[in-house]
Amino acid sequence: MGSGVQDRPMIELRHVYKWFGAQAVLSDVSLAVARGGRVVVCGPSGAGKSTMIRCINRLEDHQQGEIFVDGMELTADVKQIEAIRREVGMVFQQFNLFPHLTVLENLTLAPIRVRRMSRREAEDLAMLHLERVRIPEQAGKYPAQLSGGQQQRVAIARALCMKPQVMLFDEPTSALDPEMIKEVLDVMLELAQSGMTMICVTHEMGFAREMADMLVFMDRGEVIETAPPDLFFTAPRNERTRLFLGQILRR
Amino acid sequence: MSVGLTRALRWTRANLFNTPLNGTLTVVIAFLLLRFLSPMIDWAVLRASLSARDDRACAAVGGACWAFIRDWFRFLIFGRYPYAQQWRPAIVLVIFVALLLASFSRRLPARRLAPAWLGGLGAVALLMRGGVLGMPYVETGLWNGLPLTLILAAGGLGASFPLALLLALGRRSSLPALRVICTCYIEAARGIPFIAWLFLMLVLLPLFLPPGLVIAKLWRAEIAFALFIAAYLAEVVRGGLQAIPRGQYEAADALGLGYAQKTLRVILPQALALTIPAQVNTFIGAFKDTALISIIGLFDVLQDTNTALNDPAWRMAYVEGYLFTGVIYFAFCYSMSLYSRGLERHLGQGRR
Repeated sequence: MGSGVQDRPMIELRHVYKWFGAQAVLSDVSLAVARGGRVVVCGPSGAGKSTMIRCINRLEDHQQGEIFVDGMELTADVKQIEAIRREVGMVFQQFNLFPHLTVLENLTLAPIRVRRMSRREAEDLAMLHLERVRIPEQAGKYPAQLSGGQQQRVAIARALCMKPQVMLFDEPTSALDPEMIKEVLDVMLELAQSGMTMICVTHEMGFAREMADMLVFMDRGEVIETAPPDLFFTAPRNERTRLFLGQILRR
Repeated sequence: MSVGLTRALRWTRANLFNTPLNGTLTVVIAFLLLRFLSPMIDWAVLRASLSARDDRACAAVGGACWAFIRDWFRFLIFGRYPYAQQWRPAIVLVIFVALLLASFSRRLPARRLAPAWLGGLGAVALLMRGGVLGMPYVETGLWNGLPLTLILAAGGLGASFPLALLLALGRRSSLPALRVICTCYIEAARGIPFIAWLFLMLVLLPLFLPPGLVIAKLWRAEIAFALFIAAYLAEVVRGGLQAIPRGQYEAADALGLGYAQKTLRVILPQALALTIPAQVNTFIGAFKDTALISIIGLFDVLQDTNTALNDPAWRMAYVEGYLFTGVIYFAFCYSMSLYSRGLERHLGQGRR
């Protein structure tokens, strides 16, 4: 298969714009992520990083430009949006686990209701992913009984249970206590090594260097610089990138 | 024994006289209890008459006239339902209490609860109505007293609940037409006194029915009641919906859940659990509002008491009569409150 499906980017944004009122939060954003690509998006707060990845599964709508996920275009068509959301897993800063369901129920809800899996099958799959994130013993507990790091790993497992093609991470460690950050990043690194297509908004630059095959620097709604990690950290081309890296790496 | 006495003294000192303020309060409250409780016991128990012939005989003894309750007991509960057939409403009461207990003890799994109540209400209607299995037919006008109150309350509250969910969701819908309709309905129903609403519905409902179809006044009142309560309950549910963080909607969306699944599995369970106290508040208020249907000539349990008090022999026994009815209302309202407390504990386990 020299061409066709394999060459098509998994995710493609073409000249995407979004405004809140008169203010542009995304301005001419273009980005292509290949199948199995691992992208880290960084930049100062208010740069539009979260907004951009939230446009990829239509938690936010874009007002101009085109977004394709696995060749399907995101439009206002609800069926199309739901079809894309099935293939795109998302992990949030605040975990957003369902507090009224146990860990196991959190993981099986969507596979049973959306993928139409049998309960048995969904539970087997859930246990598989709980082992992958190393907390199978917490299956019967409620989210509030877990630490922040454990909750975020459950959230990752919950997204993986839908067998997504792409995983989006929106600052997954920003709400965590420092001692819990590593356990979550380790899980994400393993996921990256398994060949999952990933886009991750994060300030963890050590992690970015290790995981990413492409770094994207955004500021004021624009993509300023895109580069592989070795170039990005050692020879940033843009002045704003240099300034940002200087600030964030000195910490 | 002296050990017990020492312990009692120690408990008293530790709990009732541990500070000067508490000591003073203990003395004051003890005095008030003695001052007011003792005459009450004296009236309700010591000087009460159980076998007096009429209220004047009671007055001579100076105590409560429980003889009135004994004399009129069956009427107070069942009203004018044919005397020889009153075993039927008696069974109805047993069915209601059994359903309440089954729900209360959580013997029934949640998803069996609604079918059990539906089946129970069907059996209740059949028993009251008769006309089958050799039971003589009894028209709804003779369904009186406590069974009537419970039928109105259970049917009205049960029907109002799904309606309230739809109204609450509709009011938050992204479709403007639906939102306007739901908002108008809720505001209209809440803005009209229940009694006016009741009369309005009695007149209006038949206009919406195909000609020739006549619905008994009881059922029209039941529908009016359900529609009325639904408006209040919808606002309670909406309050719960608004309390759900946006992240919950987004997480459900991101997993690919559609509107129905998201609402049923993620949002509503949380919104309903959050608003249990307010829902029970509405339910208890509504339960007592069933008494207002006496105004359109239906004989609920309170109206039975009013009727019995017309007996010249017992004119003065109204305190006893209303106390008796009050205790019945209290028993049902308090059991709803207990049930909700158990439910809150059950739903809250391991959450926070």
